Amino acid sequence: MPDFISQWLNQNDIFTVMTLLEYWNGLVTTVQLVFLSLLIGLVIALPLAILRTVRNPFVSGPIWVYTYLFRGTPLLIQLYIIYYGIAQIPGIQETFWWNIFREPFYPALLAFTLNTAAYTTEIIRGAIIATPMGEIEAAKAYGMSWMLRMRRIILPNAARRAVQAYSNEVIFMLHASAIASVVTMVDLTGAARNIYARTYAPFDAFIFVALIYLMLTFILVFVFRKLENHLLRHQRPMNS
Amino acid sequence: MKKILIAASCALAMLTGSVQAEDSIRIAFDVPYEPFEYKDENGELTGFEVELAEAMCEEMNAKCEFVIQAWDGMIPGLLARKFDAIMSSMSVTPERAERVLFSKPYYNTPGGWFAAEGFDIDVTDMDAMKDKSVGVQRGTTMDTFVTENMTGVVNIKRYNTADDMVLDLEGQRLDVVFVDYPVGEQTIKNKDGFIEIGESVKLGEGVGVAMRKRDTDLAERVNKALDTLKENGTYDAIMKKYFAYDIKV
Repeated sequence: MPDFISQWLNQNDIFTVMTLLEYWNGLVTTVQLVFLSLLIGLVIALPLAILRTVRNPFVSGPIWVYTYLFRGTPLLIQLYIIYYGIAQIPGIQETFWWNIFREPFYPALLAFTLNTAAYTTEIIRGAIIATPMGEIEAAKAYGMSWMLRMRRIILPNAARRAVQAYSNEVIFMLHASAIASVVTMVDLTGAARNIYARTYAPFDAFIFVALIYLMLTFILVFVFRKLENHLLRHQRPMNS
Repeated sequence: MKKILIAASCALAMLTGSVQAEDSIRIAFDVPYEPFEYKDENGELTGFEVELAEAMCEEMNAKCEFVIQAWDGMIPGLLARKFDAIMSSMSVTPERAERVLFSKPYYNTPGGWFAAEGFDIDVTDMDAMKDKSVGVQRGTTMDTFVTENMTGVVNIKRYNTADDMVLDLEGQRLDVVFVDYPVGEQTIKNKDGFIEIGESVKLGEGVGVAMRKRDTDLAERVNKALDTLKENGTYDAIMKKYFAYDIKV
């Protein structure tokens, strides 16, 4: 088998060691970008989702505006505004912020994080408000405070309800990250575009990268399946 | 039987008819790429290559249709028969020539270096250029030149459009831009605070009309028409409208 692979590598001029390395670097960039934005996005989304369920409109209102704005506009537009817009602010190049926003990684990370945080906020909020009234009343009857109710009753159950919708969001985010290549990042798609531009072989360059995305999605689906089995095991029939 | 005959003759008539009417050539451009192809104030497609294409079609007695196509999809679009020829500043390269059939080159412009005022580093001095950001348009001959000569030295950033690249030069994300000279002259040098630096670099054989490999008849007609235009002064007249210097090959 390795013989076959090395022979095949020697025969074609598209999948050389150099281009495979470029794909690998693209994979690393994509995984970094998606993982970090999802992680930070989730950390932001949890408190926002809880505050979004508060009755006081001065608390929930601004969060509604935020999620509405970021869910209501294309991610590509958000990325353009953050990447090109920030560079147009007069004098930004002289501040320390420029060290962060000069390279495409941080503008892309910011755009992706804010976007996924908005979607995740709404997913978690939906799961929170779907808590059966009876559970809350029972918790109240036990004399649990708001904090304790949230921690012991509402959030653990909300997590069970949210995990399926959230797994979709994670996969969408992976695929949405392909647009990072428009702001000069060499992520997986960026690597594929560079290789395509050199070889003019769109099928080879893009089908190969599509397979890598499929593989990543497969891993994500597997992980979330395990997580769902763990979180939802009380719903399985007793004898299975 | 009669019915079948009529149907068959109808089909035959349609077939031959369509062959005769097929002398409409669809030519693709990627706009804006001033001054080669762009839209004027009225939204009309114009520019050096557009006018040259019009003259060429007239010379060939062909009906031409102009199609707008983004650079990324140029060659795939041609091969997928979305259009029949590309006249969008496509430089002749061996890699491209494997997929498409090129006419004889009809112009050649050098690549030019552009930067913000005050940039005084020699672009050929690799030590001084170390870790500078250089912008190119992905898949152009300028990209190939920088990739071959400066990989590992400078930070190469590849853009889908020249517009995005110029924005990043203005935003100081790029130190230097290496771009087709007329485009740089028009979109960068004309701006306050930006200058041309170093020597422009002559790249490759020039720009040709790209067609599908099997369309050798079309290529022959295109070559003949271009030769005539170059000789009878039409080419020079169009060139003078857009350029102060000679780009004829």
